[in-house]
Order: sequence, then C-alpha cells, then structure tokens
Amino acid sequence: MDNTTQKTLAEILQRHGGDGTRLMQILRETQEALGWLAPDTLTDIAKGVGVPRARVEGVAGFYSFFHTVPRGRYRILWSDNITDRMLGNGDLMQSLCRRLWLEPGRVSEDGLVSVDFTSCTGMCDQGPALLANYRAVTRMTEDRVEQMAGLIRDQVPVADWPADWFRIEDNVRRADILLKNAMRPGEALKAALAREPEADVETASNARSWREGVHAQAHGPSAVLEEIKKSNLRGRGGAGFTTGIKWEACRHAPGDERYVVCNADEGEPGTFKDRVLLTRQADLVFEGMTVAAYVTGARKGYLYLRGEYRYMLEPLNEILARRRDAGLLGVKILGRQGFDFEIEVHLGAGAYVCGEESALIESLEGKRGVPRNRPPFPVTHGFLGKPTVVNNVETFAAAALIAAKGGEWYRGMGTAKSAGTKLLSVSGDVARPGIYEYPFGITLREVLADAGADNAQAVQVSGPSGLTAADNEFDRKIAFEDIPTAGAFMVFDHSRDMFEVARNFAQFFAHESCGFCTPCRVGTSLLKNLMNKIGEGHGTQADINEIYSLSRLLQMASHCGLGHTAPNPLLDTLDKFRPAYERRLKSLDFEPAFDLDGALARARQMTGRDDAGAHLAESK
Amino acid sequence: MSDQKTFLLDGREIPFEPGQTVMQAALTAGVFIPHLCYHPEFRPHGSCKLCTVKINGRPATSCTMPAQAGMEVESDTAEIRDKRRALVQMLLVEGNHFCPSCEKSGHCKLQALGYALGVMTPHFTHFFPDRPVDASHPEVLLDFNRCILCELCIRASSEVDGKNVFALSGRGLKKHLIVNAESGRLADTDFQATDKAAQVCPVGVILAKRKGFAVPIGQRPFDASPISAQAERYKPVAPAPKKEA
Repeated sequence: MDNTTQKTLAEILQRHGGDGTRLMQILRETQEALGWLAPDTLTDIAKGVGVPRARVEGVAGFYSFFHTVPRGRYRILWSDNITDRMLGNGDLMQSLCRRLWLEPGRVSEDGLVSVDFTSCTGMCDQGPALLANYRAVTRMTEDRVEQMAGLIRDQVPVADWPADWFRIEDNVRRADILLKNAMRPGEALKAALAREPEADVETASNARSWREGVHAQAHGPSAVLEEIKKSNLRGRGGAGFTTGIKWEACRHAPGDERYVVCNADEGEPGTFKDRVLLTRQADLVFEGMTVAAYVTGARKGYLYLRGEYRYMLEPLNEILARRRDAGLLGVKILGRQGFDFEIEVHLGAGAYVCGEESALIESLEGKRGVPRNRPPFPVTHGFLGKPTVVNNVETFAAAALIAAKGGEWYRGMGTAKSAGTKLLSVSGDVARPGIYEYPFGITLREVLADAGADNAQAVQVSGPSGLTAADNEFDRKIAFEDIPTAGAFMVFDHSRDMFEVARNFAQFFAHESCGFCTPCRVGTSLLKNLMNKIGEGHGTQADINEIYSLSRLLQMASHCGLGHTAPNPLLDTLDKFRPAYERRLKSLDFEPAFDLDGALARARQMTGRDDAGAHLAESK
Repeated sequence: MSDQKTFLLDGREIPFEPGQTVMQAALTAGVFIPHLCYHPEFRPHGSCKLCTVKINGRPATSCTMPAQAGMEVESDTAEIRDKRRALVQMLLVEGNHFCPSCEKSGHCKLQALGYALGVMTPHFTHFFPDRPVDASHPEVLLDFNRCILCELCIRASSEVDGKNVFALSGRGLKKHLIVNAESGRLADTDFQATDKAAQVCPVGVILAKRKGFAVPIGQRPFDASPISAQAERYKPVAPAPKKEA
C-alpha cells in the first residue's frame, strides 16, 4: 500500500471516527477512492474500526456493490429486471461486450472494464437502464452502446460522459395529495408542534414524558400520535402495519435512546416511487421523519438509501443542510426546548434483503444484511438494540401530511380499511409508464386504462414477491383488503411469455437470498435451476411437481419474507398461465437435466468445429 | 408439580422452565428434535431450520421459540419429516459430502440425521461447488466441502475463545466460511487445536490432523443408536466461560 492510498484511507477512517457501525460508508468511500477493496485495505480498515478482519471481509463480501477483487476501472452493470429485458437489455449488453472484446462478468485483460448484470435499478419507466461506476444511466440504445464503448476505450472519465445519459425523469402521470403537496419546508412540523391534545385523549401515557425533563410540553407529541392513529395510516412498504401502533409501541418501549429509520432501500423490482418522492418531496419525507422523532422522542434518524440511488446522496445532503439552517433539524427544532433531531443518509450497496427492516438495521450497524430472529421486534430492540421506528419513504411523507392536516382529513380518502393514497410505479407494456398516485380502492383495470395498456395479459402487482394478476382479476382493487402493494405495477401484454417473467423473478430471488437459512439459500437456487431446466426444454411434469414441493418448503421453513414470498411468481404463473410452462415440457416421463450435446459445446468452441460430426446424432 | 408449566409436543406433556425454548424443554424431557445449528452451550441461531415445528398450526423454529404454557407443538409428523428430509438433502447437494471416506462418518450429525429421516438419495441435483481445502495449519485441517454454515465455529471462537478466527463472507448460495487472516489461511490466524471452535463442528470441516480413524467405524456414537434416541446428549448446559483473548 503506497503513501497516497494510506493517507486516503486514514482520512476516511478519521471522518467516520473509526466507528465500526459506520463500516458500510467506510467501505463505500474507500472503494470510490481506491477502485476496489484489496486484502491489505480490508486489514487496515479492520484495524481502524477495531473489528476482526474476517468480519470486515464478511461485510464486504455480502454486498453486490463491494468488490474484494478488481472489477476494472469501468464497471458497467445492466439492470436486469424483466422490464429491462422487455426493452432489449440482453442484446444491448451483448453488443457492448462485443465492442469491448469482453465476456459478461469478466474483467478485460487490461483491467480496464467489466460488464455484468445487476438486479433492478429502479428505472423501469425509462429503461433499459444500467449503472456506470454506480451512476444511474437510463434509456440505453444501440447508439449509446456504441458511444459508450468508445468512451471506455478512450478512457474518458464517467463524469465527462454526456450529461443526457444521466438524466432521470420523474414521469409523474397522476398526482394526488402527496405529489401535489405544496407546503413549504417546516409547515407540517409547525402544525404538529401547534397540536395540543383534546381533553378526552389525555391519558396516563401522556404523563410519561417522551423526553425526560420537558413535562410541560409533553402533551404535544401524544396529540400528534392521536392524529396518526386516527388517520389509520398503514405502512406503505407492503406489509401494511398500522403506523400509529408502531410509533406508540416505540414511544412506550423502555430505553433512553430511540431511532427513526426511513426505509428507502427500494429494491423490489418494478418499484421506483420512492425515487420520485425523494426527488420531488424530500422535504416532506424528512418532515415525516422529524414528526416521528417528535412523537417517539428519537434524537437520531437515518435514511437508508439503496446503493442504486447513489446519485441522490449529494442532493439529499444539501436538503438536510438547508433544513438544519432553517432550524428544522438539529438542536431545539423550531425553538422547542428538548426537541433535538438529526438525520443522516446511509447508502446501501446492492442487497435486496436489506429492505427487510431487521436486515436493514443490521446493515445500518455496519454488518451483513441478515434478517434477525424475531421477536424481539425493532420497536423495542432495533438499531443498536434501542427502540426504533422503521417506515417506508411514502409512509413518512403521508405522516407529515397527517401531522399538518389531521387524521380525519386523511381518513376521508381511500377505502374503509385503506386510508389515503398510494403511489404506483407503472412500467412494462403501457403507453405512459411512470408514477400514478391514486386513492386506495382503484381497480387494476382503471390503472391500465390511465396508463394506456390496451392489450394487457397480466399485471405483476407489488413486484416479484407480490401477485401475478391475470385479466380475469383486473377488477380487483389496490387496497389492503384486496391486493396490498408496495407500489410496483408491471404490465405484460399478450405478446409476452409469462414463463420468462417467472424465470426472471426466480433468478432474482436466487441472486438476492442472503443465505442465512437453508431452505431459502438452497431452495431459491434449486427453483432457479428448475426454471432454467424447463426453459431449456428439458423439463417434465416431475419438475413442475418439484416446484410445488420446494415452494411449500420455502413458505413453511424460511427465516424471513424473502424466502416466504420467493415462490409466489412461480405458483401464480403455474396457476394462471399453465400453458406457458406446458408447451416447454418434454412429453417423456423422465428427461435428464444434463444435455449431452450441450456438454460438447465447449469442446466445439475450443476446436473451432461445428460440423455434423461434432454433434451427437440424436439431439435436435 | 401442579404449578409446573407445560406444553404439548406430539401429544406428550413437556414441562419447561421460564425462559427455555421449545427445543431446550424437549431435549431436557428426553424428546429429540432434529437440529444442526443448535448446540447446548450456545445461544440459539435458527438458521438450519431442521428444527422447524408447527406451533398451534403455524410453522416456527423450535430452537429460537420461547416455550409457553399450553402450546400445542407438532414435530414428528409425516409432513414435517418430509420437510426435514428435504432440508438435509439440500445441505447434501449444496456441499460435497462423501461419507464413506470422511473421518467424521459415524459422529457426523448431518449423516446421522440423514439416517434418522430416511434420506435414501440426495434427490436434488448436486451443485458440486468448487471449495478449496485449507491444510496450512500444523494441527488442524479445514475441509470447506462439508461446511453446512451452522456458524457454530464462528460463535465458539468469538464467544468462548475470544478470538474471532472464523466469519462468513459471500451471500446466498455463495455464502462461505472464511478465516481471520489477510492470506485467507488458517495457519496465519491465532487458532489452536485446543480452541472450543475446534470441537463444535457438527460435520467434518474442522478436523485434527494425524488422528485418522482413532475410533473404528462401527463403534462411533451414531453407530450404536440413532441420533433420534440420543436426546440426552443435547440437553442444555451452562455456556462455557469466555477465555481471556
């Protein structure tokens, strides 16, 4: 390790105070500065943060965006969601590789560049998308591929690539209360601080101060909590837990430190609404977090931003700085004695499982993103073992509106069991992909009509872990009592092969399984291999039966929601689009997965032969 | 005894002390629940999922689930045995396991559970992973081919030995055991054959060198009786005291 490298590393470590819980940010900043995380770099980081080296290596090895082997000075990662595939990402990637004389996944001989796939980058409405050295690029075309290959060969820094490539559209197609919000920063917070409890909700819990020593003003928080509860707001991340109850549980949990965490690890393929909320309404989201801090008594908050949204880090930090200057963050917020709150953005590094709240907390603590055993739940034992509220971006934005305008107002929208509005990320075979905000209760058919999908065969609601809805279900409603959703809405027209949709999702889950528990670690890969076997024309009915039996095992024995929901797209498509599978099956009772002729492909490539004699007679 | 709290396990009444998990109570009462990542001396982990049971009809991990009075627990049912068999088969195809030539044959828990659960074939397609062997240490061999990722060596090294010799890296099917050295070699760590971590591997990853087949095949613990009849061996005990690092 040379002197400059050592100096860079020392600076990074110093900036983070050698704090092991900040390991993710230390690793990311180190990699941004040095290109990759070399063995001696990891040793130095481990010394710097006082954590065993193997544990640091374990963290670096967990996240897709950290490299412990060199990955080239240019790292191109193509988003591989099904919507990217439908827009032709496969051919474009092959073309880029050809132009660079590269094999996918391999680093070029001169160490200049590598090209690979990554999970959905959240640009489904403007794909095919990719990450160039972790900066989001949208709307790839063959022309851009050609130019990009040239820029890489000429070693032009990514920062000097055409700015238009990095332009990210919001594509807001339908706005309601959240996206139309025009409140100025601080307005919702002022309204929250102005709330005093109504006499009849003055309960014993109010007397228990949310923060010791400020009894005189302790009534306000409980009044705000009452509004949140009255609103019947439910979590927007998919699970739909009642927000008021979560906040109350955290507020009442024993402990002197509390945390508020905003889950912006929007990893569910096909979901990109948090990206737009954080682009257009970041103040509202931060305000919602600050309201949560006011209610629960938290002094510190984190926004866990997915690594794919790296480009948002600086803009979000600027907004936080502005809020600090305006007295909306920091000590004595809006002059209220004892109301201190800080927010920090924590950047993830490519791990879908971190969207699970306890895995997200592990990751925030600088560890591998593995879901915890529950109970205990984060509201009592969260970040650093302290009571922690974890909510989705959209939940916090809604909470800020409720704090300002009241629970009754909010409850007036949506359906009886699903109050308010929901943002949908619409992509796939539609004329107008983008963000649609509707009151709950909208039918799939209405969304399809608005988005201009006149030939829809199916909709994948809430991403791979959600529901594959066939056309006889298009009158079902987006609502907790019918189809709950985190927001993804991927449309497939009749030209699409639903088997390939399911296969893409099976590959996704196998790639993203954290590997903690046996059924999910091995089972998601077995499911992927079965789908590949069927896809390659070697499947039989026995493989379909095997998918069912593995699915039951994953649903029963997996450690967390990832494993429980991974079989959903396979079971749904098997149920509703059976012919897509059956036309691929061999009619034989038994078909070996092993393709004898295929096994000779490598020998043919090496010998440059492709004549009839180099093929086994009976195949194809 | 009238105020002793109990739950039902496959119709049998199992007494438990407050704070005990379903697994601990069952083993104390002499009822075996299959497990791999559980160890009587360590905090439960809940990753292998072999101990999955149904509690009041809902699936749960018995090694992490606190016992509660009146629970109705199903464990040894045809449905659950099927699932457990599949989990053992998953572990067998995930690694490279060759029982006939393995020093741990006869005291390997994975093999013993294979017999107990009626694993006649691997059933699934083998992954045949490429996993190296680490023979660098003078006294101990690491054969990663057999690793089932139970993390017992990790826990033992950190919680008892105070050393942190082992950790995990990678994710999903690529998750793997690593050692605490820049070279990646066990010889370059502070590991010793006398460490607790050297004694807890339920399979054949961590093996003492020059001690091959000291106990003849046929006289090993699981040769005498099936693991399911040896609940006694796994009764919870007080955790080993942590050594000064």
